[in-house]
Amino acid sequence: MRDFQFHRPSTVAEALHLLRQASAGKLLGGGQSLLPVLKLDMAEPSDLVSLSGVTELRGIRTEGNQLIIGAFTTHAEVAASAEVRAKIPSLARLADGIGDPQVRNRGTLGGSLAHADPAADYPAAVLGLSATVHTDRRTVPADRFFTGLFETALEPDEILTAVRFTIPQRAAYAKFASHASRYAVVGVMVAQYPGGVRVGVTGAGPSAFRWTAAESALTARFAPESLAGLTYPADDLTSTPEATADYRAHLLPIMTKRAVQTALG
Amino acid sequence: MSRVTLQVNGKQVSVVVEPRTLLVELLRDKLQLTGTHVGCDTSHCGACVVHVGGRSVKSCTMLAVEADGATVTTIEGLAQGGKLHPMQESFHQHHALQCGFCTPGMIMSAIELVETRPHADEHETREWLEGNFCRCTGYHNIVKAILSCRDAMREKSA
Ligand SMILES: Cc1cc2nc3c(=O)[nH]c(=O)nc-3n(C[C@H](O)[C@H](O)[C@H](O)COP(=O)(O)OP(=O)(O)OC[C@H]3O[C@@H](n4cnc5c(N)ncnc54)[C@H](O)[C@@H]3O)c2cc1C
Ligand code: FES
Ligand code: FES
Repeated sequence: MRDFQFHRPSTVAEALHLLRQASAGKLLGGGQSLLPVLKLDMAEPSDLVSLSGVTELRGIRTEGNQLIIGAFTTHAEVAASAEVRAKIPSLARLADGIGDPQVRNRGTLGGSLAHADPAADYPAAVLGLSATVHTDRRTVPADRFFTGLFETALEPDEILTAVRFTIPQRAAYAKFASHASRYAVVGVMVAQYPGGVRVGVTGAGPSAFRWTAAESALTARFAPESLAGLTYPADDLTSTPEATADYRAHLLPIMTKRAVQTALG
Repeated sequence: MSRVTLQVNGKQVSVVVEPRTLLVELLRDKLQLTGTHVGCDTSHCGACVVHVGGRSVKSCTMLAVEADGATVTTIEGLAQGGKLHPMQESFHQHHALQCGFCTPGMIMSAIELVETRPHADEHETREWLEGNFCRCTGYHNIVKAILSCRDAMREKSA
């Protein structure tokens, strides 16, 4: 790993300033994606600006029908939070299924979303749970946040500060996990709202997406049978040695059905 | 260079490191605490698990500078007054190791499990070990040792 200057500011404003001063600055969240990348010399930042001292980026609270989670909240904190378990239990369970206990103790919501791994779990929740992503300067709706493979709407010097999830009537996340890494081969968050059903999908394609055909079918009737005969074109999906596009297309309706079944209890 | 001041196994230490130094490098190379192992380059194997602020973390995937001000416990800090920690004792009793390479990380991980989820059953225990690889034992005796230690600790607190 190449050496760098290390900074640990205590406010977002200070972090932004440090990031802009650096010739090639990068934010450090829990380090669970960035450190493996740095160890392989796949990135060589001049400066790392750690968010671990920025207390305003932590914490979980409810405001009306929204659950707000700070960017520097760890997966373990989300999984254990009484507030999350009461308001959106499926989100607590999703967080509890990320990687392993040690990854969950360090990895953060903001880091996961900014990294935008195509197989990460949280992107399905952001899309399925009708979230908005808050940054130091603006609000980005879920549908405009994920823009491609490891690509998001964030500017290089933009700090993700919090995510507002809309509390659903009911929801569930079903993931077919990679046997090696626990990342999602296909992960589906299904959420029912008074205005309709949302289906957020991760793992299947180069970036997370909503399965709108399944949303219409489930809005008409929220039952596993509503998905009968529904398929997703494999052409748009990812092929890896672990799972071909055809296999992912096969898994997508199955995981969606499982999520609906779980949501119905 | 950055100065890092932290508490390791009950002792205050203060060392100067390059910012890129990993916590495991600080422990092994600067403090000669070589009980914490490195088994991979990819943050997967868990041989390096230590406790930071009472939570288990992969010390190969945390910068030493991020541990400034923290309390760290390694496998060397578990035994008290020459007496093994109950989890170490249980691993010994149940023959939960062969080569022993994974054992320090396994034990640090297992201790967080019994402390935070004292009601974890066998299934949950196996899931908890997701981040700890063992190439020798097939995990069977490791799980037995953890469950037995959990029962003993529960009886003691009952
Ligand atoms: C063994 C292993 C297994 C894993 N399994 C899974 C899994 O099953 N599912 C899953 O979803 N993930 C998994 N992960 C990834 C894990 O969830 C990471 O925690 C997450 O991807 C990154 O979060 P972080 O806080 O560690 O961010 P970091 O690694 O610190 O940063 C990642 C990126 O985000 C940027 N960043 C961090 N915080 C912010 C912010 N607030 N604003 C803007 N940019 C920011 C950084 O600059 C960097 O580019 C796994 C990781 C490992 C090592
Ligand atoms: S050395 Fe393998 S996970 Fe840390
Ligand atoms: S005992 Fe050899 S790796 Fe676990």
